[in-house]
Amino acid sequence: MSTTSTQPLAAPDETPGSRLLWVFKDTWTIVMQEFMHLLRQPSTFAWQLGMPVVMVLMFVYVFGSAMDVTGMGAGVGYIDYAMPGMFAMTIAFGFMNTAFPVAFNKEKGFMDRFRSMPMSSSAVVTGRGVADIIQAAVDLAVIVGIALAIGWRPAGPVTDTLAAFGLLLWLRFALIFVGIWIGLRVKNTEGAGNLFAIAFPLGFISSVFAPPQMMPGWLGTVAAWNPVSSTASAIRELFQTPGVDLATSTYWIEGHAIAGALIWPVLLLVVFVPLAVRQFQNLSR
Amino acid sequence: MPPTDLAVEARGLTKRYGPTVALDGVDLAVPRGTVHGLLGPNGAGKTTTVRILTTLTRLDEGRATVAGHDVKTSARLVRRAIGLTGQQTAVDDLLTARQNLTMFGRLFRLDKRSAARRADELLEQFSLTDAANRAPKKFSGGMRRRLDLAASMILAPQVLFLDEPTTGLDPAGRREVWHAIRQLAAQGTTVLLTTHYLDEADQLCDRISVVDHGRNLVEDTPAGLKRRIGDERLELTVADLGDLDQAVELVQRATELVADTTPGSSTLSVPVPDGVRALTDVASEIRAAGLDLADIALRRPTLDEAFLQLTGDQAVLTGPTEETS
Ligand SMILES: Nc1ncnc2c1ncn2[C@@H]1O[C@H](COP(=O)(O)OP(=O)(O)OP(=O)(O)O)[C@@H](O)[C@H]1O
Ligand SMILES: [Mg+2]
Repeated sequence: MSTTSTQPLAAPDETPGSRLLWVFKDTWTIVMQEFMHLLRQPSTFAWQLGMPVVMVLMFVYVFGSAMDVTGMGAGVGYIDYAMPGMFAMTIAFGFMNTAFPVAFNKEKGFMDRFRSMPMSSSAVVTGRGVADIIQAAVDLAVIVGIALAIGWRPAGPVTDTLAAFGLLLWLRFALIFVGIWIGLRVKNTEGAGNLFAIAFPLGFISSVFAPPQMMPGWLGTVAAWNPVSSTASAIRELFQTPGVDLATSTYWIEGHAIAGALIWPVLLLVVFVPLAVRQFQNLSR
Repeated sequence: MPPTDLAVEARGLTKRYGPTVALDGVDLAVPRGTVHGLLGPNGAGKTTTVRILTTLTRLDEGRATVAGHDVKTSARLVRRAIGLTGQQTAVDDLLTARQNLTMFGRLFRLDKRSAARRADELLEQFSLTDAANRAPKKFSGGMRRRLDLAASMILAPQVLFLDEPTTGLDPAGRREVWHAIRQLAAQGTTVLLTTHYLDEADQLCDRISVVDHGRNLVEDTPAGLKRRIGDERLELTVADLGDLDQAVELVQRATELVADTTPGSSTLSVPVPDGVRALTDVASEIRAAGLDLADIALRRPTLDEAFLQLTGDQAVLTGPTEETS
């Protein structure tokens, strides 16, 4: 057999120092695996972007013309209002892009194969996370491109605009752990797919497409306190979206959008990192 | 046998899932360089045993060492010494076969060149070279399983765990997988495989442990297991059902044994201590009597019979489980 001619193969010995190095190397291998997926099946990427693109077109051109979000008349300034909301929603729904492959890998025995190998087990998670953040940045770039094409412009200074994108990715980072937790928790990919039914209202009961003040009392409160709303409002503030005056908002949290956009992800991390870690350990139950 | 000669040593493995007792004190001792079969009906605890030994599942009680390392306290060392082909085929369906093996090679900490070289060797060994640049999504079941197997052999592991390695394969696919397993065993890799196919265990295994309800029922060589069920049987089918009684008489005259018959069947069957002699004796009696035969044969007991007898009537072998596809 051909193997008899080769040197005996062995994983190199590990020292505490090399272990950290291997976390990075293994993470990189997993990230590359994810990218090769995209290269080999670009349609997945297209599908993932399909939803926000359809949303943009639907909301801006179908509903947008009827919406008076600025108090300046129906349709006026809606693109400026809705686009930051779209960015926030693309990011928020991104947790599905984490949950789904995690559930898939678990269901198909991939997770088991990885866990039976001498690779660093944290790389299974970190690789996913790094790939997801990069992908979120690419998704965002595409949506921003569409936004620019239909006439949206950030009005604030460049640093504020960059800070806005930073806040978006910060939310996405926190959502990685929500996604991992969910992906490990559901039974299979079908279960992950069903999540959409929950994610959908969570995305919409927010300030993404309309100001919470326009919603009936309790719904408005829920929408205002939705973490996605804080990020959406914060980036509107940073983009200096015309007609948006958060300081006079009925809701306290709307007046503190940037703080909210910074702190909500921290809270998500505090809750979901331990949950995700525990769920990962539960795999060996 | 000193413990160092055992590639796998498990004592009293116990695992509960809520009220379900998956393992109820399983013992295993697999000498280095041997192929050991784990046999049992659905739900017997085969997969759970493999998962515990490959560090995927924590055990509740008992202890186990694999390649000399404790699965509980030295999981990392165990992982460096083993390969696992799980009950599910775990290959990346989007990457090509070669990309799959290189990726796993990298995760097994081979450098780029070694990973690429090893991938090519394994593709060759598992007759996948022609398919190297295609995605397993479009492979036949056998090809996917071979790739899966190749991925678990990247480091030429000391101990290889195979959970139903040939379930769902056609005879040609099974033969190829068997060939690969034999080659590895010949190189000194210890193999622990689970299977529902008794001919597979018969073909590959040095020893077989039969488990059911999470307990060891018996451990023996394939030949020993068959011996437990008794002698060979002479089976004879008459061309005309009406001749059966006469045939029973002739068999009794030749062998001094009373044959079993089933009402309505034109076949009789008799356990015979010396098969060849009984066959020739009966044949000459039949010829002398001028009886027309449809068939006459010596049948050795199969492992299936041994197995069904051991696990009792209710434990009918149902073949592949549903989740394997
Ligand atoms: N994760 C789990 N949660 C709950 N019960 C489980 C779990 N894994 C296994 N079991 C139960 O433990 C028992 C043993 O299962 P196991 O998968 O080890 O059987 P098996 O011998 O591999 O069966 P098969 O031939 O069907 O693959 C079964 O009753 C099964 O339902
Ligand atoms: Mg099983």
